[in-house]
Amino acid sequence: MNTAPDRPLTRNIHRGAPHFDIAAYERADGYRAVRDTLGKTDPAAIVHMVTESGLTGCGGGGFPTGLKWQLMPSAAQRPGPRYFVVNADEMEPGTFKDRLLLEGDPHQMIEGIILSAYAVEANMSYIFIRGEYVTAIERLSTAIAEATAAGLLGENILGSGYNLSIQVHAGAGRYICGEETALLNSLEGHRAIPRAKPPFPQISGLWGCPTIVNNVETICNIPHIVRYGAAWYRSLGINGGVGTKIYGVSGRVNHPGAFELPMGTTLHDMIEHHAGGMKTGYELRAVLPGGASTAFLPGDQLDVSMTAQAMAAHGTRLGTGTAIVLDDHTCPVGFIANLQQFFARESCGWCAPCRDGLPWVERILKSIEAGTGMIDDLDTLAEMTGNLGPGRTFCALAPGAMASLQSGLRYFSAEFTRHIETRACAWT
Amino acid sequence: MSIVEAQPALDPTERAEIRNLIGHYPTARAAAIDALKLVQQRRRYIGDNLLAEIAHLLGLPAAELDGLATFYNLIYRKPVGQTVILLCDSITCWITGRDHLAQHIERRIGIKPGETSADGRFTLLPIVCLGHCDHAPAMMANDVLHGNVDPATLDAMFDATPLP
Repeated sequence: MNTAPDRPLTRNIHRGAPHFDIAAYERADGYRAVRDTLGKTDPAAIVHMVTESGLTGCGGGGFPTGLKWQLMPSAAQRPGPRYFVVNADEMEPGTFKDRLLLEGDPHQMIEGIILSAYAVEANMSYIFIRGEYVTAIERLSTAIAEATAAGLLGENILGSGYNLSIQVHAGAGRYICGEETALLNSLEGHRAIPRAKPPFPQISGLWGCPTIVNNVETICNIPHIVRYGAAWYRSLGINGGVGTKIYGVSGRVNHPGAFELPMGTTLHDMIEHHAGGMKTGYELRAVLPGGASTAFLPGDQLDVSMTAQAMAAHGTRLGTGTAIVLDDHTCPVGFIANLQQFFARESCGWCAPCRDGLPWVERILKSIEAGTGMIDDLDTLAEMTGNLGPGRTFCALAPGAMASLQSGLRYFSAEFTRHIETRACAWT
Repeated sequence: MSIVEAQPALDPTERAEIRNLIGHYPTARAAAIDALKLVQQRRRYIGDNLLAEIAHLLGLPAAELDGLATFYNLIYRKPVGQTVILLCDSITCWITGRDHLAQHIERRIGIKPGETSADGRFTLLPIVCLGHCDHAPAMMANDVLHGNVDPATLDAMFDATPLP
């Protein structure tokens, strides 16, 4: 198995088959990158390789991973503890890609952590995983025990002189824990409230020490980039994308699911060819391309490649890359009200615009949906999209919430007006 | 007004396990969530007296630990039923009919979200997206994930769960 895979992230994941234990994983060339690298390759060379690969964060932010790593002072510049933290707090509505990777190939996750932590010279890693991911927690714990027994974790790994421990930390449920500084507060035993930036976690993160926080999918790419090189990784993408991406779609399509495809695949291709198109009797009206915090893309604009750049050019974001379809049997006002209910409930309550503004937005939308809205409400909602928009709140939660509302008011203005004028929802 | 009886104090095993959890982190308070979850696993919920005992072991004021316990969705500060049903109410499950499931639950066992059935068997709570959207609607019942949930799934669970 020495040929480079074209679907590296899911190469060991087969529907209906059990996940690989350490023996099966190693038979499939697993931990090869760790064996070839630890004590043999300079950590800075790995950071350089990851930078060259063009890998960007897969958790929704899309920040270049190599650059994130470069912003951490070296161990020589800043002696003392350093942490590598895995963000496995997948909670973006409509997103189910990290669970696939965690449950489907836990050793790939562990190998990615070893190489990443080695690259940033960290000796302690925490996997912050949402408490509901019971199966993933169990499989990761087993994989860590197996890797430790095999000498791939612990003291002086494979005689390289490098030490690394990994601890699984299961959270107790709160969407804001996915924001990296809120995650660090939660890990320290505080309420998950985002921190002011700067300082960024690379400078002052967990317990004030240099810390990197990366998403599950991002880290799972690292073993393959180290093994096969930056040029190979770049070549996997199409239409201006680099590497592969776990895309996904849910809603009334024939085969909802997650699919590893070349980065840059079009939304149309993903929905029509991989998810089997819309179910009979349903038409696609619009799509949230990358989770609940991305703006609607109308149904006539699906021929867009799913890269951060192309999505931005269409007024939305790639987000997590897992799309939610709004069909013609679903009320757009109810759809948006449901999204705002989620954000209102999950606001951490730290800053007033988000804490008080989101429940207000939710109440207005629910009254419109119920047929008791007033025409002035539309002006209030439009105003709120500005007041809760980028730069007006402490973190990105409320601006993310406003993405679907702002675009929805534009694309579905006729439906909003009809609810108010007829004092009823045509879908119920 | 109902008065909830105090739960029995932490036993020596629980205290030892909490001390062990504290040893996993550089600071004691970092073990707070682990400790709350450990006790809740055995006692179903964290009553006031248990909260105070855990806080003492962590070296935190009880009010500070309460601030944490009430912040997180999966820590219960009030009694819950034998089976806690976490019914996803995020977008894909909403599209695929989770509201009808909630109505079915109310019809069958008479509880709304946030309530516990009179016989103490079930508590129904809403939950954020469970990452099972390709099998929506989804729910968790006592740590077991269920996908493509329909009224028959719920009926089977109701019929199979004995009285506590």
